[in-house]
Amino acid sequence: MNDTQHLSSQFDEDLARLRTSVLQMGGLVETQVAEAIAAYDKGDIASVKHIVETDRKINDLEKAIDDDCAHLIAKRQPAASDLRLVFGISKIVTDLERAGDEAKKIAKGVRRIYEAGQMPAQYGVGVRHIAEAALAMVRDSLDAFARLDVVLAEKVIRSDEGVDIEFKSIVRQLITHMMEDPRTITTSLDIIWIARAVERIGDHAKNVAEHVVFIVEGKDIRHPPKEAKA
Amino acid sequence: MQIHDKPALKAEARSFNFFYGEVQALKNINMPIYDKKVTALIGPSGCGKSTYLRSFNRMHDLYPGNRYEGEIRFHPDNTNLLSPEVDPIEVRMRVGMVFQKPNPFPKTIYENVAYGLRVRGERNKRVLDDKVEHALKGAAIWGEVKDRLQDLAPNLSGGQQQRLCIARALATDPELLLFDEPTSALDPIATGAIEELVHELKKRVTILIVTHNMQQAARVSDYTAYMYLGEMIEFGKTDEIFIKPQDKRTEDYITGRHG
Repeated sequence: MNDTQHLSSQFDEDLARLRTSVLQMGGLVETQVAEAIAAYDKGDIASVKHIVETDRKINDLEKAIDDDCAHLIAKRQPAASDLRLVFGISKIVTDLERAGDEAKKIAKGVRRIYEAGQMPAQYGVGVRHIAEAALAMVRDSLDAFARLDVVLAEKVIRSDEGVDIEFKSIVRQLITHMMEDPRTITTSLDIIWIARAVERIGDHAKNVAEHVVFIVEGKDIRHPPKEAKA
Repeated sequence: MQIHDKPALKAEARSFNFFYGEVQALKNINMPIYDKKVTALIGPSGCGKSTYLRSFNRMHDLYPGNRYEGEIRFHPDNTNLLSPEVDPIEVRMRVGMVFQKPNPFPKTIYENVAYGLRVRGERNKRVLDDKVEHALKGAAIWGEVKDRLQDLAPNLSGGQQQRLCIARALATDPELLLFDEPTSALDPIATGAIEELVHELKKRVTILIVTHNMQQAARVSDYTAYMYLGEMIEFGKTDEIFIKPQDKRTEDYITGRHG
């Protein structure tokens, strides 16, 4: 990225503030995901309320950052690396907000399970495992953005496949479970919804990482053709 | 889609150097000008972009001590525009120019446009009428002046005067049009009209434009060249230059990090 200062120091400040806001928003999402996972693990239903409240803050930040982006484009007509940064940020906040929504879904699913008197632990450790992986992806994608680190971003992109594979295996396990004992269907479905939300969080972290690559290198690496994927 | 096909060449600078007396203003410029495309020259003041532009119609011949080295090849006939055997008047018939400030002659609108044709020896009134109308239409000003062709050109508004100058340049059917900051003296509306016109004109003529307005370069051009201290730093498709330039100096300039 370009470290040389602009002729307009105000422009530098605007861009710096924008980046700080994204990291602040990312921090909230990261916390929210971590809390949702902890709630799943420990049955801490009280934290569900907190997660839902955090989601409102995240939504507000998304709107504020998008608004700042629009103003910056109108006032400064950014070009090249500046344009990629502003454009990338506007996309990153969309993915962060959606990751936050998924965390909220996890929290609500957790509440349903515990209120039904069930314990997720009886249904295997798979969810816990991919949740840790997805959380690491969120954290790494934000670090990659903060440092504009393409190597780390590419690592995040690669790890998404593992999460996807594990999600499918969880679904298979739970299907077996439901066939063996239909009384577990309600909770099993909730756990599938939760696993699905975790898997989506991984997808959003991957998207954030892809936007980081675009910001740094100007390459759009989304949706590679099949043969290039390997 | 023609994305992968390179357009035909209209002109090409090859190892081109230019000297104002002892001072070398342009250093080893190699650059293609693609046919019926708009190429923008950008760079800070004093980087040589206007000097380069003016070389294409041999404007520098007007002052003693100026010296060209290398070639500017003009296609399809592969003429070297800079060759001493090539008549600068002939060059200017093929390469028109529009300046920063509109500079209509203190004559009528009609005579401004007919001037180049008369210099060429055209006397036939019907032919002149036809070509004047055609050029004024080409410059998107016909509708505004058709009822007052005998009015004095300097009475037009700035934006109209500039379009009249474009019509004057178009009248002799040039193959290449040079624009030297054509809108820097105009308001945003008149600027928009000129930019729209550039877009129309490239259907029939190749355009080389110097502009200080980066957004203008991004809007109107297909190719952009960034010049600095007499050198061509980077040349490429405008879309690529403004999203992901290859050279840090280009990046610094277009993002406003550089004088």
